[in-house]
Amino acid sequence: MSPALRPHFSTAGLRHGARAALPAFPGFIMFAVAFGTAAAQKGLSLGETLGLSAFVYAGASQMVGLEIWQKAWTPSTILTIMMVTAVVNARLILLGATLQPWLKDEPLARTAFNLFLLTEAGWLVGTRYHGEGGRDVGVLLGCGIILWLVWLVATLTGFFAGALVPEPRRFGLDLVMPIFFGVMLVPLWKGAKPALPWLVAGIVSLIVHALVPGYVFIIAGALAGVAAGMLIE
Amino acid sequence: MTTLGSVIASPWGSVLAIGAMAVVTYLCRIAGVAVMSRVRLTPRIERGLRALPGSIILATILPVVIDNGFPAMAALAAAIVAMAVTRIDIVGLLVGLGTLSVIRMLG
Repeated sequence: MSPALRPHFSTAGLRHGARAALPAFPGFIMFAVAFGTAAAQKGLSLGETLGLSAFVYAGASQMVGLEIWQKAWTPSTILTIMMVTAVVNARLILLGATLQPWLKDEPLARTAFNLFLLTEAGWLVGTRYHGEGGRDVGVLLGCGIILWLVWLVATLTGFFAGALVPEPRRFGLDLVMPIFFGVMLVPLWKGAKPALPWLVAGIVSLIVHALVPGYVFIIAGALAGVAAGMLIE
Repeated sequence: MTTLGSVIASPWGSVLAIGAMAVVTYLCRIAGVAVMSRVRLTPRIERGLRALPGSIILATILPVVIDNGFPAMAALAAAIVAMAVTRIDIVGLLVGLGTLSVIRMLG
């Protein structure tokens, strides 16, 4: 194995990751502006809105959290929002699982920080880079840092100026995330047979989506894909 | 009301709620790495993990795209074709969004 193929970390990687994150910007900006706007309309303070974006930093769960946000909290409403958040974000467990071989020799503190910044978009960019033979952990971290900053700035923008984005639907921006995901499927394609589990994952997620409300379909589909991958020799 | 209850009912409740959401989300973020570092990678598990990225993508987008009907499906197809041809992700994204807005404009 050449040295370049072993996991390593460099500041050049950080810069590379920050640049590679560019295609994810529109989705992040769109979603965070929408969140900032919705939070302001719901009556959250600037501190609460930014706090959610900075520390929870997981779009779908922030949106769902707004739905059940309280003016006055009780232990049981806190427990509810915690459980809902866990269900919506359980998919992140799977993202982390795929990154483990890449991160296993990293210093613990850096991995802890890197994982704090883990999102689907950053993971997709990192997975594509890894799939093409790259092993610089800096790429993953650089991507994570820049996306977190974009997320915060866009949340702030949405909180104050959400009304200034005219009809995001007209530009197709409401579907920017699924389309970006679809684009990132292309570099993962290694032929029809390795993609068979994806088909299983898609079908299972459709069925679960039709039967169960919420975001369980993501987890169910992904796990079905893993199971199919394990069973198909 | 207990002391804990009155603290939670105060403005500190929001801080607690955000903290609780942040903690469970972070646990989700680190759990995959923590678990996988203790699981021995057999060829079978490796095959499963290799299927995971594409599986997550399809499981995430398929229901969303189908819920949004023909325009979304056409936009996704256009984006994938553009990406397959050019291998430039921003081009694929723009072709997909462009297709979507054109179909919606005409529809």
